[in-house]
Amino acid sequence: MWIYEKKLQYPVRVGKCDPYMARLLLEQYGGADGELAAALRYLNQRYTIPDKVIGILNDIGTEEFAHLEMIATMVYKLTKDATPDQLKAAGLADHYVSHDKALFYQNAAGVPWTAAYIQAKGDPLADLYEDIAAEEKARATYQWLIDMTDDVDLQDGLKFLREREIVHSTRFREAVEIIKDDRGKKRFF
Amino acid sequence: MVNSQVRVYKPFIGPFDPCPPLPYRTYVVPPNQYIVFQPLDWPQFSLAEALKLGTLWPNLYSPYESKSKRVEEVGSDGEPV
Repeated sequence: MWIYEKKLQYPVRVGKCDPYMARLLLEQYGGADGELAAALRYLNQRYTIPDKVIGILNDIGTEEFAHLEMIATMVYKLTKDATPDQLKAAGLADHYVSHDKALFYQNAAGVPWTAAYIQAKGDPLADLYEDIAAEEKARATYQWLIDMTDDVDLQDGLKFLREREIVHSTRFREAVEIIKDDRGKKRFF
Repeated sequence: MVNSQVRVYKPFIGPFDPCPPLPYRTYVVPPNQYIVFQPLDWPQFSLAEALKLGTLWPNLYSPYESKSKRVEEVGSDGEPV
């Protein structure tokens, strides 16, 4: 189970009225390398991974939900005060006809999230290397998102999230070292 | 235009919202939501009117006006920027 703390992991400030940026941010909401995919991937893989690294998947998977909430806040702030005409002008008419201003798990191109984005192979090395790749892809996505806005407040939140991907990648690579186990040890039978 | 099927609520407006706030959100509750089983012998529109409106019965009629070129249903803040 989880304990919910009713605040964001890192404060989300948006300084510029730029509804189109909301669409781009959806890449990290319901995209292949987004926070939803990350959270579900890790929390599902943790059941069939060696005991020593379950905690890493559990904690990182949980933190990904905190990131999902931050992205949702950014998207909501950018769209909640737009009229239908403003959404149309911002290139969000296709989102509006299906969802009004509701958030939806889809990527920046409007493709809905699918479980095909994630994998659980049952092999600890295969799973951990997938997780490392996912973190690096998410870091890259944050970089391209930061490139797409000149709003320094929004960039601040995105930079925090990008840095967390770097930390997570490091933890996953440590997990790989942990399950390699016996290397460099003298074992007696 | 506000009709009796429109519900209004005030969403939270934050002190640091990036866009000029829209004070109200609206949604429609069509009359079918209150009809469990349609009774017999309801009053009817004329046939010409019914063909135009999409229903024979005024009790089922739910008008909807475009929100385009206007700010939601109510309020006058937040003109396009």
